[in-house]
Amino acid sequence: MSGSNENDGSRFDRLPATAADRSVDGRATREEVVAFWHDRYGVSPTVFDEYTFWEKGAGKVWAFAGEMGEPVEIEALGMTCLRTRQEHWKPTTDAAQRFGGHATENVIDLTRDEARRFVAGEDQAIEWDGDWGYLVAAHDVADEPEPLGVGLYLHDELRSQIPKGRQRDL
Amino acid sequence: MDPLDRYEPLVDDFAAFRAACERPLGHVARVNTIKTSVERAKRALDEEGVEFESPDWHPGLVKLDGTTTGRTWGAFHGWLHGQEEVSALPATVCDPKPGDRVFAACAAPGGKATQLAALADDRGLVVANDRNLGRLSALRFNAERLGVTSMAVTNRDAGNYSLAPFDFEAFDRALVDVPCSCEGTIRKNPDALDEWSLQRIESIAGTQQSILQRAVQATKSGGTVVYSTCTFAPEENEAVLDAVLDGENCRVVEFECGLETRSGITEWEGEHFDSSVERAKRVYPHLNDTGGFFCAKLEVAG
Repeated sequence: MSGSNENDGSRFDRLPATAADRSVDGRATREEVVAFWHDRYGVSPTVFDEYTFWEKGAGKVWAFAGEMGEPVEIEALGMTCLRTRQEHWKPTTDAAQRFGGHATENVIDLTRDEARRFVAGEDQAIEWDGDWGYLVAAHDVADEPEPLGVGLYLHDELRSQIPKGRQRDL
Repeated sequence: MDPLDRYEPLVDDFAAFRAACERPLGHVARVNTIKTSVERAKRALDEEGVEFESPDWHPGLVKLDGTTTGRTWGAFHGWLHGQEEVSALPATVCDPKPGDRVFAACAAPGGKATQLAALADDRGLVVANDRNLGRLSALRFNAERLGVTSMAVTNRDAGNYSLAPFDFEAFDRALVDVPCSCEGTIRKNPDALDEWSLQRIESIAGTQQSILQRAVQATKSGGTVVYSTCTFAPEENEAVLDAVLDGENCRVVEFECGLETRSGITEWEGEHFDSSVERAKRVYPHLNDTGGFFCAKLEVAG
């Protein structure tokens, strides 16, 4: 039987507010999640004011628009948002689309043709002067920028991180 | 014999009904207002050169000309969700408000449940349940693509649904869009009636009744329960309502919708139903050039 300080991957537990409130080893805190979106992508912490964050599965963090008693033993709560418990935290495609419109940093703007290849899952040599790592990829649609998902930028190459089931030939 | 022949006494202009059932349906999508506005989604279609029209009764739907939803940028961004036109009716009748707790009893693959979340501005709670685990993965995929953050997904039998995982005792609203004989989907799926039998209808009506009963019990006094099917069979429509009215504390109420509809029927093959089932609406394919549907709005009494 696992101790109370281990993650139980079968249920939703709310993230502790801060490290001082943490009882489960290795669990991300709300403070860290909000800071991650702010520090890496410039997303204002107020964007998440009405959200609670939850862990189910190893390091899978979910954003839920509301309050709920815990723990919750159900299939899904809100949307998957972030992979933690790895060296570099990684936003999901769906969270990048949902919250990436608020991003002001580490956003790479793609042309329509680059966007087409990105959503088809292709890696592309694209110039980028900023940090390496997980970027929000965006393009202009209906006259405004719109996030497409997450790309991994390494060695002058943008690697599409769109999951197979979300890839499209457009 | 064609199973639809038995509805000749119910349908005015049966020849037009028959002819409509044989015409395939065009491709329709709903704009997902969680991720964009109706106006911007339409501008994106214009930009791609995709022609479309919106039905008068629901400006948030687009009938696409010459393409399918999946081939548009709007679908990739989660702005558009392919959904048959008349399937958009029950969630609009349920009409959830921000903050409401809403039960979607048979939610997969999620078109109507995600529409409920959008109608409530993704604020509140939609409990999307389905008994079939395989179909739940489609529901979850759709909910995430559409950016729904106010949904909780459960995998249970709706007929004896327990609120135990949650910290509240009743829903404000429920949408009971039950598994059915799918007669109304013949335009989309020409094989829909291959397995048709009266025995099957009677068996599924029992399941529908238990799901609707449980949804009424799980909804608070004064709350709204919407019952819908995509079939014409009175055994699955008015007869189920009649049985639930008999055993549960609720009533059928009037509602408005911009579609051309016919009233629920009070008599079928010698059986008589509570007169209030007339307040339900029957949607026939030839009336609005859609699939077939049945929708009733119930108010839970104290």
